[in-house]
Amino acid sequence: MKQFMVFVRKEFHHVFRDRRTLLILFGLPIMQILLFGYALTTEIKNAQIVIADHAKDAASEQLISRIAASKYFTINSVALADNEIEAAFRKGKVKCVVVIPAGFGNDLLHGNSAQLQIIADASDPNTAKTLTNYLTAIATDYQQDLYPTANVPLRIEPLTRMLYNPEMNGSMNFVPGVMALVLMIICTTLTSVSIVREKEMGTMEILLVSPFKPTYVVLAKAVPYLVLALTDFVIILLLSVFLLEMPVRGSLPLLFLESMLFIITCLSLGLLISSVTSSQQMAMLVSMMGMMLPTILFTGFIFPLENMPVPLQVISNLVPSRWYYMIVKAVMLKGLGPGVIWKESLVLAGMTVVLLTISIKTFKTRLA
Amino acid sequence: MNERAIVCKGLTKRFGDFIAVNNISFDVDQGEIFGFLGANGAGKTTAMRMLCGLSYPTSGEAAVAGYNVFKQQEAIKRNIGYMSQKFSLYESLTVKENIRFYGGVYGLSDRQLKEKGDELITQLGMENEVKKMVGSLPLGWKQKLAFSVAIIHQPRIVFLDEPTGGVDPVTRRQFWDLIYAAAEKGITIFVTTHYMDEAEYCNRISIMVDGRIDALDTPANLKQQFRATSMDEVFYALARSAKRSAD
Ligand SMILES: Nc1ncnc2c1ncn2[C@@H]1O[C@H](COP(=O)(O)OP(=O)(O)OP(=O)(O)O)[C@@H](O)[C@H]1O
Ligand SMILES: [Mg+2]
Repeated sequence: MKQFMVFVRKEFHHVFRDRRTLLILFGLPIMQILLFGYALTTEIKNAQIVIADHAKDAASEQLISRIAASKYFTINSVALADNEIEAAFRKGKVKCVVVIPAGFGNDLLHGNSAQLQIIADASDPNTAKTLTNYLTAIATDYQQDLYPTANVPLRIEPLTRMLYNPEMNGSMNFVPGVMALVLMIICTTLTSVSIVREKEMGTMEILLVSPFKPTYVVLAKAVPYLVLALTDFVIILLLSVFLLEMPVRGSLPLLFLESMLFIITCLSLGLLISSVTSSQQMAMLVSMMGMMLPTILFTGFIFPLENMPVPLQVISNLVPSRWYYMIVKAVMLKGLGPGVIWKESLVLAGMTVVLLTISIKTFKTRLA
Repeated sequence: MNERAIVCKGLTKRFGDFIAVNNISFDVDQGEIFGFLGANGAGKTTAMRMLCGLSYPTSGEAAVAGYNVFKQQEAIKRNIGYMSQKFSLYESLTVKENIRFYGGVYGLSDRQLKEKGDELITQLGMENEVKKMVGSLPLGWKQKLAFSVAIIHQPRIVFLDEPTGGVDPVTRRQFWDLIYAAAEKGITIFVTTHYMDEAEYCNRISIMVDGRIDALDTPANLKQQFRATSMDEVFYALARSAKRSAD
């Protein structure tokens, strides 16, 4: 055990003294998430919206003029019947419809609350989310100006409806996908490169001649990267929640455990890569390029798996990130618990056992 | 124990059709300094790797520290030290960290580590380099450090593969002082070299040609046998028959 800890400490020294390793470890996830975050928050200007004003009172007019004054929106037509809304969206130009129900002003002044319906075209989820946020903000502002002093509860209740894509697939699904991708690349690259480096440098021979068991060499290589990858996971999660406003609806400990499982799967894969490659460049290439493509293709966060030809769907079952992606989506976005994701977890665990066994078996205790 | 440190009978290694080590037999006594000579590509490293358990012999028998190389791998590992032809310390760790790492891997206790580490650093006169990265040291220092680390667990036998390659004569001399000091403590030294002056420092030497051992005796006896005035002449007389080109 003490020998093991000595090894783990040495591994940490290597990591923190190697700029390239640090870059992959911390630069890669932050860059990926920031890149994505930037794509998410691109400002929208002059989006075409339609307002169906059924109230036609003073309050509704004031609200409409505020919306019109904002630089984000261009109002298309102020009168629209309910059955015309669908047609407006179909044409594709209209991004959002605001319905002001009859009696809006009256409800606002005398009743407890007034309703405002916002319908957005969520086939472009980023835009839809941004637009509804803007509209909600305008409504809130308006109401605060009406009652500047009173600390009244929210009176205008915006009811948001996402058309075509009620689950907001897209941006929301992208983050779990990026998480899977980043963890996969980091874990496989760092473990495989660090082992192959020792082979190249000649220090591996010394380790194999020592009484330190080869299995322990493999495990001692994996432990530091498990810790570091978990740190990465936390960073990614924090960035997603605070920067990209991703929800975490399910249990956080569960998400952490599942991520740990996935990280171990990836580490085992990295160990396997290290025993089939003999140079650092090769190990890097296989881990980065070799893992990137299947992850992007077969995880389902960019190309929906349901639309793929059956042979490709079958292949996708072999890609670990696909299962992790399903788990993260279920836990983070849908708030589901272990009862729902046990099957996916079992598949990942099975893959880990197989990969780890193969990589320990193929780890050459005698070279040539 | 008056046991032989290394007993080797008909040891052979093939890579496909190529016979890298061809049926070599020799014994090394405990406490002996045994020089393992041969031109480039003669098969020295390959033979040494089989004895250390890094590579399976194709055929033949060998025992290291009394343990069989095929079956008693773990026992051998506990009794040997090894310095490979490639540099074997971590360049991005400091002198002290390397000592602690290798000592730790060999299971030394904290107290032993401290004692041994201090002793080793004083012996090498490296008190001011303790916190320096090994990569920043001159080659001669690195090699001396690597040797001291290879025997930090006081093995019965230490295998040294060209430990002084590329090192200046003064440092080589110092290196051999370290080897003598280790031999005096009873550690058997198995060393390969290309320097004939170093061959003279050995108790006995073997000379490999094309995978075979063509000569084995004390330096004095070999000179007599080949009617030579120096080891250089002995070596050339044997190397002339080599068919294998250096690679
Ligand atoms: N894994 C291998 N596969 C095929 N051939 C090999 C392998 N390892 C060594 N050889 C060959 O075996 C021969 C002996 O090599 P070895 O490294 O043992 O020589 P050496 O005596 O140590 O030489 P040097 O003085 O250059 O270190 C060489 O011709 C080498 O090319
Ligand atoms: Mg050699």
